[in-house]
Amino acid sequence: MSEGLYNTRSNDFDQTLDLTKIKPYGDTMNDGKTQLSFTLPVPAGDEATEAAKLLLRKMGFDNPQVVYYKELKEGFTFFNCYGSYTGTVDYTKIHVPKIDAAKWSMQETDAFVKENIGRKIIVVGASTGTDAHTVGIDAIMNMKGFAGRYGLERYEMFDAINMGSQVLNEELIAKAIETNADALLVSQTVTQKDVHIKNMVELVEMLEAEGLRSKVILCAGGPRISHELAKELGYDAGFGMNTYADDVASYIAQEMTRRKNP
Amino acid sequence: MTKSKLGIDFNKVQRARDVAAKIAADVQRFADNYTTVAVERTLCRLVGIDNVDDTGAPLPNVLVDDLKNKNVLEHGALFFLGNAVIETGQSPQQIAERVASESLDITAFPFRTKNEVAQALQPFVKASIQQITERRKKREHYLATIGEGSRPYLYVIVATGNIYEDVVQAEAAARQGADIIAVIRTTGQSLLDYVPFGATTEGFGGTYATQENFRIMRGALDKVGEDVGRYIRLCNYCSGLCMPEIAAMGALEGLDVMLNDALYGILFRDINMQRTMVDQFMSRVINGFAGVIINTGEDNYLTTADAVEEAHTVLASDLINEQLALLAGLPEEQMGLGHAFEMNPDLENGFLLELAQAQMTREIFPKAPLKYMPPTKFMTGNIFKGHLQDALFNMIGVWTHQGIQLLGMPTEAIHTPFMSDRYLSIENAKYIFNNMRNIGDEVEFKEGGIIQTRAKEVLDKTIALLEELQEEGLFTAIEKGIFGNVKRAKTGGKGLSGVSMKGTHYYNPFIDLMMNPKHEEL
Repeated sequence: MSEGLYNTRSNDFDQTLDLTKIKPYGDTMNDGKTQLSFTLPVPAGDEATEAAKLLLRKMGFDNPQVVYYKELKEGFTFFNCYGSYTGTVDYTKIHVPKIDAAKWSMQETDAFVKENIGRKIIVVGASTGTDAHTVGIDAIMNMKGFAGRYGLERYEMFDAINMGSQVLNEELIAKAIETNADALLVSQTVTQKDVHIKNMVELVEMLEAEGLRSKVILCAGGPRISHELAKELGYDAGFGMNTYADDVASYIAQEMTRRKNP
Repeated sequence: MTKSKLGIDFNKVQRARDVAAKIAADVQRFADNYTTVAVERTLCRLVGIDNVDDTGAPLPNVLVDDLKNKNVLEHGALFFLGNAVIETGQSPQQIAERVASESLDITAFPFRTKNEVAQALQPFVKASIQQITERRKKREHYLATIGEGSRPYLYVIVATGNIYEDVVQAEAAARQGADIIAVIRTTGQSLLDYVPFGATTEGFGGTYATQENFRIMRGALDKVGEDVGRYIRLCNYCSGLCMPEIAAMGALEGLDVMLNDALYGILFRDINMQRTMVDQFMSRVINGFAGVIINTGEDNYLTTADAVEEAHTVLASDLINEQLALLAGLPEEQMGLGHAFEMNPDLENGFLLELAQAQMTREIFPKAPLKYMPPTKFMTGNIFKGHLQDALFNMIGVWTHQGIQLLGMPTEAIHTPFMSDRYLSIENAKYIFNNMRNIGDEVEFKEGGIIQTRAKEVLDKTIALLEELQEEGLFTAIEKGIFGNVKRAKTGGKGLSGVSMKGTHYYNPFIDLMMNPKHEEL
């Protein structure tokens, strides 16, 4: 079987697009062409290259090719590879629950708040429970923000209070009352053994007991949080991977306006 | 002074420096009169106190907290330790252990004179001064024998969270050509008011800075440096609430480079400004004495503010950091003043403006091993474009003779670097540095062109900003948000409760010993 650099075999596969069976596209419909790079913890050599190809086959790639390799240090080899993926997904059956709000830049959100709310929105955020990670809440709230997106502290029309990590639900609620918060942000980074679920649900129950639940916009965030999960647990919105302060700010601004003018 | 390629007026540079010197002197007058819990814990460490108590609390914290609770922090840890050493005949470590087990009240002994205290502590003081001196000599010996990489040094980070895994990553990077390995700290360590103890294997986005972790990594780099025939420098972070303490631990364990900025903690971590100013002084005294290159954090201004509009804040901060460092006895050759390649890549002629600023920084600080930061703000997850952005950054690095090139990673903004990311970045830099090695010596800039005009503009705005800062005084200027658009109150932020005015019995021999190293062989 030929697995050389240039594959001259005829393309003996169906080349029409079928959205119920999509696969990666290189330069011919349904060719499945995919590029991958990874490192294996073995020395460079013929066996290493063979191991990389076998792995590609296990991943579901036909015609696996190792186009470049380099030993990074003794016992670690880096590979650039190509292959033709064999699996497909049904694009027509995909449903992703989404937050119902347009995503705006900081300037757009600030302008919208000035126009429609006419005062600063007060947001209290914390990494709650035993979670000591501030990376998520800092990314959303701190001046510096994350990946080039300013945090809420940077917004002219947001008053952002970051309580940091290991904040008890009681403390978060006390701060919400003290500051008359419009929105609460709960960050959960550690999700081993679903420790975050119990803590997140407890907050909802405590807010309900205090009669505050309907008065605040309650958001959850973290790398393992999805909007779907957050809604299920009684939150208004959930912000997962690849969401930033601009997602959170524009949602809060729009949700507040919606609630003001039902 | 050599002729400026940018047509910069060096009289203006001198004026900027004079204003920055006044700003720094003003801060120093304040810092001289105060101490902090972090400074006192540092002194505890420098007389040999280490380890933790039954609850895991570091003994320097136990001892200093005890003084703070008894409202006698103003006299400083060494005064009470001196009294206790005289009375008990025990070492500071033994005394700290007894304070931890509550079998000794360190404040209950008769107060001795400063001379008696000094004499009692002298052997312990001498031991740490000697250890730091030996560490410094060991580095100098390596540099004289196995040598080092050429500048710009290739600086890469490791950030696995596990010090043993970090060692594997660091060895790989060193073999690929890295000159400096920075062990990124776990998120949030800057806000801990203690330094964790021992070897650690769990961190988030980085690894705890502990003295044992320093020792493990320094040992590994010594070994790999001998193998590859090039001294590999180790970098960590003395910033946050434990600035001077981490400086001391780094000095004792032979670290080579330390992040150490006078303003960063105030502006970006909301650490109290009084606390920071006192802490940064002590930390820089230690870094200066230990031969450690400090890296300042000006690049961070540009991650929040626009890199074109706010370039002058970077230069102003560099000048203030330089003057504060000089006051702490840290020579220019150890000042890794920071700046960054952070303009929006969509900007027309952005490369020219970046080149102008990098060359300007080089000419204004001719002796400093400038720390040049890669693009981060406009790294998108498009690893292919990111690799190109890093290539442009590398061209400017070699062109303008930067000292320390913090290599950008194509996977910036995605994850902490994989072993392969680091390889790709080092390959990128080595290719460009070699291929363009002497371009800076060959190419001159058009008179009155985009590049020259940009440099002059930034310098003029810097002078205006410095004059405004001086008029207000740095503390008030920060309160008003003149610097970096961030407002911080003089009595706000974290760590203020750990600041105390120095009292009548206060004793700290290290400042004099370290700033005047003629005492070295005491």
